[in-house]
Amino acid sequence: MGNHDGQPPARLSRRTFVGYVVGGAGVAVAADLTLGAAPASALPIPSLPQVAELYDLNDFLTHCALPTSNLIGIRIDDQGDAHFALPRMEVGQGITTAVAMLIADELDLPIERVHVTLAPARPELLFNQLTGGSNTIISMYTPVRVAAAVARKALLEAAAIQLGAIVSSLVAKAGVIQAPGGESLTYGEAAASAVIPETKQVRVRLKDDASLALVGKGHRRIDAVDAVTGRKEFAMDLDVPHALPTMVCRAPDLNGTARSVRNQGDVEEMPGVTHVAIIPTGVAVRARTFGQCIDAVRALDVEWNPGTVPGKDAADVLTELRRAQLPLAVPKLGAASVEGEFVFHFRSGSALEPNCAVADVRDGSATIWGGLKSPIDAQSKVAKALGLSQAKVTVNVVQGGGSFGRKLFSDAAIEAAHASKAFGAPVKLMWHRADEPRQGRVHPMAVSRIRATVLAGSVLTFEQRHTSVPVDWRHGLGERLTAEVAALPTGLGNLGFSETVFLLTQELPYNFGVITQLLNEPQPAPTRFNTGSVRNIYSPDVATANELMVDRLAARLGKDPVAFRRSHLKSKVVRRVLDRVAELGEWGRAMPAGTAQGIAIHKEYKGATAVLVEIDCRPETVNRKVRDAVTGPRVTRATVVVDAGLVINPDGVKAQMMGGFADGLAQALTYSNHLVDGHFLEASWDNSAYTRQWNTPLDFRCEVLDSDSTEPGGVGEAGVAASMAAVACAWARATGRMPTEFPINFHDPLHFEPKSFVPPVPPSPTDGLSYTF
Amino acid sequence: MPQHTFRLNGETVTVDVEDGVRVLWVLRDVLGVTGPKYGCGINVCKACTSHVNGKAFNPCAVPIDQIGEDDEITTIEGLADTVEGDGLHPMQEAWLEHDVSQCGYCQPGQIMAAVALVNRVRAEGRAITDADLDGIRNVCRCGTYPRIRQAIRTGAESMG
Ligand code: FES
Ligand code: FES
Repeated sequence: MGNHDGQPPARLSRRTFVGYVVGGAGVAVAADLTLGAAPASALPIPSLPQVAELYDLNDFLTHCALPTSNLIGIRIDDQGDAHFALPRMEVGQGITTAVAMLIADELDLPIERVHVTLAPARPELLFNQLTGGSNTIISMYTPVRVAAAVARKALLEAAAIQLGAIVSSLVAKAGVIQAPGGESLTYGEAAASAVIPETKQVRVRLKDDASLALVGKGHRRIDAVDAVTGRKEFAMDLDVPHALPTMVCRAPDLNGTARSVRNQGDVEEMPGVTHVAIIPTGVAVRARTFGQCIDAVRALDVEWNPGTVPGKDAADVLTELRRAQLPLAVPKLGAASVEGEFVFHFRSGSALEPNCAVADVRDGSATIWGGLKSPIDAQSKVAKALGLSQAKVTVNVVQGGGSFGRKLFSDAAIEAAHASKAFGAPVKLMWHRADEPRQGRVHPMAVSRIRATVLAGSVLTFEQRHTSVPVDWRHGLGERLTAEVAALPTGLGNLGFSETVFLLTQELPYNFGVITQLLNEPQPAPTRFNTGSVRNIYSPDVATANELMVDRLAARLGKDPVAFRRSHLKSKVVRRVLDRVAELGEWGRAMPAGTAQGIAIHKEYKGATAVLVEIDCRPETVNRKVRDAVTGPRVTRATVVVDAGLVINPDGVKAQMMGGFADGLAQALTYSNHLVDGHFLEASWDNSAYTRQWNTPLDFRCEVLDSDSTEPGGVGEAGVAASMAAVACAWARATGRMPTEFPINFHDPLHFEPKSFVPPVPPSPTDGLSYTF
Repeated sequence: MPQHTFRLNGETVTVDVEDGVRVLWVLRDVLGVTGPKYGCGINVCKACTSHVNGKAFNPCAVPIDQIGEDDEITTIEGLADTVEGDGLHPMQEAWLEHDVSQCGYCQPGQIMAAVALVNRVRAEGRAITDADLDGIRNVCRCGTYPRIRQAIRTGAESMG
């Protein structure tokens, strides 16, 4: 949380901003995407508090946009509807709904008449077209409102001429402008009559928060009806002429490549198959249906090159990580030291919609359709892969079926481009589910070591060394990023990107004397594993390690976990969420043996989250049977309290917390990838035990606090860390054992028979009719 | 190429497609009916859940030649037409009331599974239990599970 003293140039007073009305017929307006952000250089970074306290990743992402001139625009059509192309991607986080609410309020237009679409790749936006770090609402809040206010003003001015009235006498409501005499004009009529001789700057005042009708109140997602009727279109639902289903036969080893195909002719003869070709990531096949692609992938006889971690197991990676741990500064002081080491295994980052993209590469140009969070990066990578100039590549952004960070990468778009080029035909390329955990993006394996010193009843030091398989950050941050990192104050610029992100996001919110938190990522090549920031990169693991240690410190000092946290918390915001969650979740109520409560807090994204859970670890619960299910300990009740800063749509925030909780729960108890002999064993949703109904808390409650902050916070990732940590803490209290590896069931006997690696995808079943219900 | 005739969302359709192609691909790739989603292709994720003769099934696991002329397949697109009136199905309304969807990818399958569950429980002459809800296999990677549970209870009530 920064004390931003700097004033951005376009900001005139607290609520007055400059925008643009675009010359020509009709009403089109623009605002600078960097409005509302303070310049990075104005921030003082004192040495004592941790960096993330003053200047966090969101400040960084917001400031990255400053030097470029980034315009976003709203157009009013002849019906009086507003159109806005959002330079971000919607993957379920509800940003299109929140942005539509902002526009509807500022423009006095019913929300049904605000149409938010996703902008195609706009290279001039550079860093500003990246959906990551839960940053969208933080960075779009002011610019979107300014553009809407400018549009409203332009409409009023056009109406004033038509109605022969002065602007200040007009009243706009629900898309209709009324003159004092009772005459009126719709926005459509006003827009149709508007002729603006040339683009001009205008000043507008934003509305007071109190006069906003929608913002701050719960609102259903604007795409809810489409979602429940099957009309919502994802990339694979698009009807792109001649784009036929395409899948890739992948190597048995992680990142193995194809050397040759022994039976290409036979496979090309298979029913429905039109093309077979080697591409950099395997052998692509194109057919009339995906089912026929699956059959062809299974039939391919391929000679494979080894992968990037041949023969390696998870234990080998752990040994590497331990060897690379940075030393702790404070020596071990006998009984005064409290130590812990926590291992976090690989986890698949895949969404329910598999990686997919449509590509049409022909005649020296390429068009791509995909759920891409970083479309400018996709554009440049596709151009590079095809040997085309960036201007020859068009990238269309489609709504995605979940993302969790993995769609920051353009893996499927690049593959689709390769395949379309090789075939000379358009393709609709989709990964098989089995490919996702095995070859897709994973949350990196990490080990966190902590040593604290307790003397005479207080905590004197708290040190953490987090060592992680390198995170791949190469998604289009490029030159922009390098420049911005170098520009950061107090020498942060000399750090690598991972270390920078770590510093900007990690903050231990407790007064524990001397605190040091350091990251090391040995093995410089991020290409060995396909890692990615999967719904929050370091925080869930770091927070889980920390909060388990905080519980131990409390126990050592004979204090109640909540009272201990309360008395050591640095921030009022965190104390508020903690107090409220303890009250709402009934902290301290009597629990039967084998069950327990667990509590954890997390501070990030300009806000704070606290989670209180109750877990049941009694044998009759742990061993409950659901067919082919990983059951285990059951979280029966979960309470989440969040301060998310200024909230646009509380229903959306609660939805994100619910999703973040499902994630944290899975990461604590059941969800992982087992690396054995150079590849991951998991190949289905029943193998990777992500949260299912049989793991879901029977009682889930989330409360969004009225915040003292006037800035919106990010919510897409904010719920994960405290959720995972609270579940871990509850498990430790219920079982009396300190968990040291995550997920907690990692070393249980494998609950599934691994599917074949050659062929790399399982056969399509034929017995579906015996499972109807 | 063999022809296959069946009933789809109230109409008779005939498609030219090889025996053995799974119904999911006949719907999506041949007929352009894209409500049922692919999430695994092996009857695990349940994103493709639709109905055959009023019961939930997973078309990714059924070859087209197992579907006969009299078999009625209902996808999410046809669900609203299975009840009286012009509006949505009560289960779809319940989904809206609880604002269940996030990315929405799993939701057609969730809703189709929910309707079948309510019908089955009703046929057994009892109310929905937590164990029934625990037994729903549909994956939601966005984690909308608690709202799904609430919406099913609401939908069950209004299904009368
Ligand atoms: S795609 Fe049919 S169950 Fe997963
Ligand atoms: S809403 Fe995204 S998978 Fe369920």
